[in-house]
Amino acid sequence: METVTMTLVQQPELYLECYSVTPDLFAGKSLAEIAELPAHEGKILWKLGDFFKFEGKSGATAAETKIVVNGNVKRMKRFGQQMTGGEIVINSDADMYVGGWMRGGKITVKGNADSFLGIAMEGGEILIEGDAQNHVGSAYRGDWRGMSGGLIRVKGKAGNDIGTAMTGGTIIIEGNAFIHVLTHAEGGTVIIKGDVEGRVGGQMVKGDAYIFGNLLYPLPGFKKIGTVEKEVDGTTYTFDQYIGDLGERKTKKKGEIIYGNIYMKI
Amino acid sequence: MSEIIIKNGYIFDPISGIKGDKADISIKDGKITDKVSSKAEVIDASGRTVMAGGVDIHTHIVGPKVNLGREMRPEDKLFRGSFRGGILKQGKHMEMGFSIPSTWKTGYSYARMGYTYANEAAMPPLMAPHVHEEIRDTPIIDISAMPVFGNNWFCFEYIKNKEIENNAAYVAWLLNATKGFGIKIVNPGGTEAWAWGDNCVTINDPVPFFDITPAEIVKGLIETNEYLGLPHSIHLHGNNLGNPGCYETTLDTLKLAEGYKPKNKFGREQVLHNTHIQFHSYKGDSWGTFESGAREVMDYVNSNKNITVDIGAVTLDETTTMTADGPFEYHLNQLNHIKWANVDVELETGSGIVPYIYDKNIKVCGIQWAIGLEIALFAKDLMRVFLTTDHPNAGPFTRYPRVIKWLMSQKAREATLDTMKYKDKVIAASHIASMDKELGLYEIAMMTRAGPAKALGLSSMYGSLAKGADANIAIYDLDPTNIPSDPELIEAAFQNTAYTLKEGVVVVKDKQIVAEPHKYTIWTKVNMPENAQVMHDVKEKFTKNYTVNLENYAVFDEHVHNPRAIEVEVA
Ligand SMILES: [Zn+2]
Repeated sequence: METVTMTLVQQPELYLECYSVTPDLFAGKSLAEIAELPAHEGKILWKLGDFFKFEGKSGATAAETKIVVNGNVKRMKRFGQQMTGGEIVINSDADMYVGGWMRGGKITVKGNADSFLGIAMEGGEILIEGDAQNHVGSAYRGDWRGMSGGLIRVKGKAGNDIGTAMTGGTIIIEGNAFIHVLTHAEGGTVIIKGDVEGRVGGQMVKGDAYIFGNLLYPLPGFKKIGTVEKEVDGTTYTFDQYIGDLGERKTKKKGEIIYGNIYMKI
Repeated sequence: MSEIIIKNGYIFDPISGIKGDKADISIKDGKITDKVSSKAEVIDASGRTVMAGGVDIHTHIVGPKVNLGREMRPEDKLFRGSFRGGILKQGKHMEMGFSIPSTWKTGYSYARMGYTYANEAAMPPLMAPHVHEEIRDTPIIDISAMPVFGNNWFCFEYIKNKEIENNAAYVAWLLNATKGFGIKIVNPGGTEAWAWGDNCVTINDPVPFFDITPAEIVKGLIETNEYLGLPHSIHLHGNNLGNPGCYETTLDTLKLAEGYKPKNKFGREQVLHNTHIQFHSYKGDSWGTFESGAREVMDYVNSNKNITVDIGAVTLDETTTMTADGPFEYHLNQLNHIKWANVDVELETGSGIVPYIYDKNIKVCGIQWAIGLEIALFAKDLMRVFLTTDHPNAGPFTRYPRVIKWLMSQKAREATLDTMKYKDKVIAASHIASMDKELGLYEIAMMTRAGPAKALGLSSMYGSLAKGADANIAIYDLDPTNIPSDPELIEAAFQNTAYTLKEGVVVVKDKQIVAEPHKYTIWTKVNMPENAQVMHDVKEKFTKNYTVNLENYAVFDEHVHNPRAIEVEVA
């Protein structure tokens, strides 16, 4: 694995779209070529080299390339968008769309991430050491295809709309979450280790939510069917199992109706 | 005055019967002429194909349902271009969207494909102002729009009472009020029935509360159309669209035209245009037994000269379906569960919108793709069978070049078949694999400009390189004496012209938009004596039933962008 270190030397006046910061686009390029990659500030087209200085060396492929981002990039969006492999480490907060449409590799954000973290993600891993905002692992606005694979772990708390229209993969929020979890989901797993305000599983066709803390306002479309033991994130716990959303269409597998599940830790 | 001469191109002009001869085309003051002075600007077309500007007879590009599609599908703009959702700047405005592009992208894309005319296939009369605002905002191409009449309460009552003259006066009044072009019919009776949760799936199902059948509606509107002598015939999307076995309803519907003769001064020879016939050519009694009915339908079309059709080819894309056929959209949403919009337009029509993915790995989608192409390949007379995708229903219009590729190259069809997961099942349920016919450029010119222009009654102005026609011209980077063996190059040539001229102005050069001259709204102005009975009925309905006042109903003149009226006299 080769490493390219990019260090902020110039803050943009507005927010900067860093969709070019991916191992895929860095791989096989010289530092000078990397500095030429595009970045938009509003409608103005810049180069990455207008804001960052680059050191180190990229690998031949995405999988062999690691990118380390230094400096305060709290106002920069779209790190790792559509990346398929390799690694990005951001030693700062980052703005929206970190790891959006990501297909492989790993992203670590040492601070907080804003909204749309890992939306429509297909594979790979995202680790946020701080908090995330809204729409973690959701679908793009209007789209019916949310996160379908991979793992997102947020060590802190998250906002609303987690895993909307999710079809696969796992989201772990270690802190609290606000409202709308797994809305319209047709698969996937969301684990919330803290409390949730409400609206978990609205119009969920399929999928699993695990809530460790309190669920303040549960939806009426779910009913309790029993108590189960499950291993979650490496440890086994006992949960009350609820199925639903009973107001939504359901699919069948081998003659059995498949429900969405909410597991409440006892 | 401005003069241009296009030199040494290979000309394909079915209206003049020119089949690829090398010749020059002269243009003076925006019209085709036979001679220009030595000062004329020269465009070199040597080694290139020259055709009249393309004419799209059936497309959904402007108006409330198109715009509702844009609103409900922000994801249609995502990653569809060079930056953040297909934003491309070439003309004066950004271009966005894929299956429901912005008005700007619509105009530019048609022009880049060498098209200069498009007929919006469904205008809800009450929403006509919105249609005209979007026509204004769609650059370069001339546009007409057809109001929908097939579920209109006035028409139901006049036709039920056999008052064709009154129905004609009402149609003439509405064409004027909406600045509309002709009579569109969508699921006759069925959309009205849908307002009661019902449908009309055969031509004999009565419409609730009106005691009229689809067959009576269609025949009544044919008689009305020919009474008026409109430039275009009735333009029909029949009953039972999209269901397995629907080809029988289609044959029943087409037979309604038997015995009717066209009556008009525009050279139109059909009395019924059946649109997107691919969607109406399904055999089988379930999705499991679904198969092509293209042969049965085209056998009938081929032997009945008073019918024209457009193909509505499936392009195997993620697209957006939108139609005034409300019940159809409901059933589609029950199949794919994506998202659904449903609208009723009081007294007149309704509509629905559902995104749809024609996935090449789904058997039915593969068969639908085959049927669209089979329609064109079975056709004996391509002056009566036109290229469309029922944009955006079976695919975006920007895929016409791909459909042309499939029609011109068996190799291209085989290559697509080879990518299908259920290739063998698709082949077993269709005819496509056994068809070795490959269309030539003259036949493509028939399907894409000469034929549709004639069926619209506009061939003296559009789709023609004959003297006096508008100088709308497409020059493609395609040498007819040396058609590339790689079919992808055919698609590329039709996607972006070397030149497109609109009324004698170069609007596309080397695949780029270079000018956005003025454009027209085409509509049909019927000059006939005022009908006191009909005006009384109109006033009464507006007092009793409509939520708007009659005075606020008609499109204001300032809403209509550069109107160009086609005039019809009725004694
Ligand atoms: Zn249509």
